[in-house]
Amino acid sequence: MKIRLTAAVALTALLGLTACGGDSAESDGPATLRMTIWSANEAHLKLFNEIAAEYTANKPEVAAIDFDPIPLENYTTTLTTQIAGGNPPDLAWVMENAAPDFVNSGALVPLDDTLKATEGYTFDELAPAATRLWQADGKLYAYPFSTSPFGVFVNTDLLTEAGAKAPAELISAGQWTWPNALAAATAVQAETGKAGLVVRDFDYKSWDYLSTVWTGWGARAWSEDGKTCGFNSPEMVDAMTALHKAIFVDKALPGPGTTADFFAGEAGMTIAQISRASLLADQKFDWDLVPLPAGPKGEYAVIGQGGMGVLKKGKNAELAADFLAYLTNPANSAKLAQFFPPPRTSLLTAETLAKTNPLLSPEQLQQVVIDGIADGVVKPSHTGQAELNQAVRAALDPLWQPNADVRSVLDGVCSTINPLLAK
Amino acid sequence: MSVLTRDTAGRAGDRPAPGGAAPPGRRGWWTTRRRDQLAGLLFIAPQLVGSVLFVLIPLGLVVWYSLHEWNVLADTFEFVGADNYRAMAGDPNLPSVLWVTALFSVGLVAFNLSLALLLAVLLNQRLRGTVLFRTLFFSPVVVSLVAWTIVWGFLLQDNGGVNGLLGTLGLDGPNWLRGDTTALLSVIVVQVVKNVGLNMVLFLAALQGVPAELYEAARVEGANAWTRFRRITVPLISPTILLTSIITVVGSLQVFAQIAVLTQGGPGTSTTVLVYYLYQRAFQFHQFGYGATLSVLLFLIVLALTVVQWRMRRRWVFHEQ
Repeated sequence: MKIRLTAAVALTALLGLTACGGDSAESDGPATLRMTIWSANEAHLKLFNEIAAEYTANKPEVAAIDFDPIPLENYTTTLTTQIAGGNPPDLAWVMENAAPDFVNSGALVPLDDTLKATEGYTFDELAPAATRLWQADGKLYAYPFSTSPFGVFVNTDLLTEAGAKAPAELISAGQWTWPNALAAATAVQAETGKAGLVVRDFDYKSWDYLSTVWTGWGARAWSEDGKTCGFNSPEMVDAMTALHKAIFVDKALPGPGTTADFFAGEAGMTIAQISRASLLADQKFDWDLVPLPAGPKGEYAVIGQGGMGVLKKGKNAELAADFLAYLTNPANSAKLAQFFPPPRTSLLTAETLAKTNPLLSPEQLQQVVIDGIADGVVKPSHTGQAELNQAVRAALDPLWQPNADVRSVLDGVCSTINPLLAK
Repeated sequence: MSVLTRDTAGRAGDRPAPGGAAPPGRRGWWTTRRRDQLAGLLFIAPQLVGSVLFVLIPLGLVVWYSLHEWNVLADTFEFVGADNYRAMAGDPNLPSVLWVTALFSVGLVAFNLSLALLLAVLLNQRLRGTVLFRTLFFSPVVVSLVAWTIVWGFLLQDNGGVNGLLGTLGLDGPNWLRGDTTALLSVIVVQVVKNVGLNMVLFLAALQGVPAELYEAARVEGANAWTRFRRITVPLISPTILLTSIITVVGSLQVFAQIAVLTQGGPGTSTTVLVYYLYQRAFQFHQFGYGATLSVLLFLIVLALTVVQWRMRRRWVFHEQ
């Protein structure tokens, strides 16, 4: 018995030792930083790698910076799993719907001191509207590198083919409203067989993207303090009724279980963020970018944000914070601005943005980006967002049936999520 | 397995008494038996170390985690005793999750085993082309699960291939993955078509082991095809039926990728099976402690079902009387 036990123990110990060996090897010497991101766009990666190369050239402590793209759908889950598995990245992008969880949990390192101490950083010019979501107890836990308003990308070729009025025309006539936008979408579907209007990334699952629609009706997922459910408010019922009719009666939006990619020319219009414009670089169709149509409550804007934070559990938190300060300094912010509208007020002018956004005209930048950031409503987010997300998704599912009773489904959403909001 | 245990136990019994053990290095200690024992140990070591490292230790850790409240983001790990188990007893979602899991498993096992047996019986005939069909039905088994599921996800879309095919027949197919019943049914069928080939091959091998004389004798006695199947085939392949039913039941309780890719537990919660629910709680809601508690529950369910099936084998499996 003894010999067997000894052999087993010896073998286990041996394996244990070899397993530990991996860690101790990288104690000294320059560090390699890893940053998880959700964009696999080549142009984005190229820019990040350029900035990283400049940084490492002057920073002997850092050997390299790896940008690690994770698919958007599972981004937060994958990131959390990496943290749980003891393999946290040094830096991570944080999605706005996960912001309250990340900011309040203490998973991130406060950045104020590092950023303020960086020469030429001009910390004070960060727009308060942009940083609000990323602060707790007066400290900034993630840098909102992207404050990106939603706009409507239009395939003008398809709209012309369908005989629908171009949104640009409607805007100058003061008629760019939801009914007219949906009518144009219906025309595209009826005349060309392509999809009319696609709310990008919604896919009848990520319901928070619908805030780009219902905000026009003055509806909100929940109250400002996050305690009261807004899904059964009269405004929400009106917005969802209009949307339901547009999907199932007028076919203005592709129904559940149908996919259509605007950027592959499969849809007349799509609601998406300005950072998607890079997908249009080699497009063969004519396109336009316009603000969201006016709702019954008038004109409005919705913004999605992305934050960039330093993980407390990362091995090189100090170096990582230093790199973050470099990556987001005024000069590099101006470069990043071609994809991600920055939170720096000095950069938020049509002229500055136009320099780095050759695809978009100054009018588009002014209308969609600058005005959007000034008075935009941020997509819904809440502490415990993942659980809320799942609960709302499941409770909203009955709405995506042709004969759904909108009012009672929305009442159901509120009775499901009220206990969660009260937490 | 049992043979091995008995064998080693026997040998352990006739080892020299501890008093007679000579210090290492001397000839007297290094007997042939000890050398054999060491060789045997080294042979099973890779498997043993693997099991300990990747099965037993994680299993123990899961039970340990289930006694804690562990929030990864906040980096908190607090001992809470049986709190998670109390929470599980009062979890309002759990009854529906267990019901969906049961529906899924029963549907999958029944459909999988009957289809596998039917295919095996059909392909056991001496006809032309059976090799082609065997290959055809077995090939999905070796396809990557996620790739297989993603392709089916496209086929099952409202405007996808399945409904297109139905359309050419003049039928208006449902929106498969968006209806409560059709979504569960779709996941079951996708899973069965993927794995039925494996059970089919096992059944084929068993069928070919049934002696032809028995059928001849039965035919002489005037038994028809159904009686021959029921009285000869089924009893003689019953050990394989037991094996396939155990692996299929256990497999059905562990289905995850198909749900994650095809439905994400929806619409509503109509396809949220236990494993997927566990994943949501642990990895999406950051409740690792409660997730571990749910996996202990899953482990107990699988264990109980396997024990029941194993016990029942004496009643109906040939060779086991």
